[in-house]
Amino acid sequence: MIKTGKLAGWAARLVLPGLVLLLAPELVEAQDAIDSGDTAWMLTSTALVLLMTAGLAFFYGGLVPSKNVLNTMMMSFVAFGVAGVLWAVAGYSLAFGGDGAFVGDLSMMFLSGVGMEASGSIPHILFMGFQGTFAIITAALISGALVGRMKFGAYIAFIAIWGLVVYAPVVHWVWSGGWLGGMGALDFAGGTVVHVNAGAAALAAAIVLGPRQDYGVRAMLPHNVPFVLLGAGLLWFGWFGFNGGSALAADGLGATGAVTTMFAPGATVVVWAFLDHFTTGEMTAVGLATAIVVGLVAITPASGFVTPMGAIAIGALAAFPSYYFIKWRTRSSLDDSLDVFGAHGIGGAVGAVLTGVFAAEAVGGTAGLLEGNPGQVVTQVIAIIGVLVYSVIATVVILKVIGAISGGLRPAADLELRGMDVIAHGEEGYATGDGAVLILEDD
Amino acid sequence: MKLVKAIIRPEKLSDVLKALYQADVEGVTVNRVQGHGGETEGVETYRGTTVKMELTDKIMLDIGVSDSFVDVTVNAILSSARTGEVGDGKVFVFPIEGVYRIRTGEKDEQAVTPVTGETNETTI
Repeated sequence: MIKTGKLAGWAARLVLPGLVLLLAPELVEAQDAIDSGDTAWMLTSTALVLLMTAGLAFFYGGLVPSKNVLNTMMMSFVAFGVAGVLWAVAGYSLAFGGDGAFVGDLSMMFLSGVGMEASGSIPHILFMGFQGTFAIITAALISGALVGRMKFGAYIAFIAIWGLVVYAPVVHWVWSGGWLGGMGALDFAGGTVVHVNAGAAALAAAIVLGPRQDYGVRAMLPHNVPFVLLGAGLLWFGWFGFNGGSALAADGLGATGAVTTMFAPGATVVVWAFLDHFTTGEMTAVGLATAIVVGLVAITPASGFVTPMGAIAIGALAAFPSYYFIKWRTRSSLDDSLDVFGAHGIGGAVGAVLTGVFAAEAVGGTAGLLEGNPGQVVTQVIAIIGVLVYSVIATVVILKVIGAISGGLRPAADLELRGMDVIAHGEEGYATGDGAVLILEDD
Repeated sequence: MKLVKAIIRPEKLSDVLKALYQADVEGVTVNRVQGHGGETEGVETYRGTTVKMELTDKIMLDIGVSDSFVDVTVNAILSSARTGEVGDGKVFVFPIEGVYRIRTGEKDEQAVTPVTGETNETTI
């Protein structure tokens, strides 16, 4: 996201209006005017990104056994409520308020001062809403490491606190004048802010929670692979808003974001299919769906800085580390159940580094390694490490505190084996209704 | 020959299969069934409609064994399927009139003896 336009808009509005008005009235007009085309695209993008969290619910829901399908999908859907509301209450202000290096302020708590006035060329309230959809999906992404073995109340408490303590400050670091943005770290749509951040939190959470009861004994097979493909398709569709919308305008940069998002995962799919073929002899549907997500994650930080050919290169290269990490992970004792770290942590980090390699000055105004600017790669690596370290440490502390207060993060072992849908929600994903007797109020 | 029919908790299936395998009982047929024992009924709510689930999901195993393997099979199930809570299930042992292996037409003891092993049971 390009924040400079917005800051310039504020400066023009708050500090220099009289002076600038005298010198160049048409400049103020240009800075402050809401553009209907930009606004229309950003309204669309906001809805597209919101749909991604529902797509994620299907992607994750299909990957788990049927006894945990509702619990898994609820972990995404409840983020619409918890992460969404808290974004409006305080998260947006902590992310985009003030000029601190590490965190925003509380000046826009309860959306105070966030109205229909222009922020860049779109209404300020729309910019806030678009960013809110990112806060929702980032929280939901972490849930893939926790499926089938966490008390639902503890999960809600976790994403609530994590959104304010980890997500909002990291947004500020990169996109609102914080220390990483100040260093020149490139992150067009959230490769570091969203994906490295959520992937690191998932890694830490999987370790704190420990593996599921029958991990390493019984394989956890996807109960509905068509759901997984449906979810991957919905994520890809919604990602056009995620990356295309991060231009904050319906312009050439927005078009670049959308087109790179179209091609990069395609390259990942091709490479992944070959890796699958040469490793096991067969190209798998779950593998292909995973490849789409890895490609989408990898192009996210680069989508407004590279050419479509650069995007194809990034998508293709990103397949290798994630493929081999996930292959190793399933044989290890790390129960990051749905490979959030492998897909989002590693995919995001690889994408962020490759952004520094393939960035083209003609596209996003910054040159990368291939155009003779090796320093950009170093900056990218510092940003990745900074976000990863903070997210891991903060996630461990938050989960330990919640666990201590709520008497443990996990349900009893026998209940966990029975499945989270019935014990946490009192529902089944695929109830037949046989033997179900209606309980009337008087009973 | 006997037919051992066991009704167990779904979450215990992998433990039971492992115990049977370790006891060299190799043939088994698995059915997903619903039933009612003495356990407390679960209560579920669907958009305001509260229902009592009188039937619980269970797994039913059918295992045809020669007489010398009956105790081995039953003990493997008893030890691996037990949680101590009401609802662990039952094991039934039935006499069998006859067993035929479709592939070869072999009968009775021959039909429940695995081709490659020395052990004496298979599914019917």
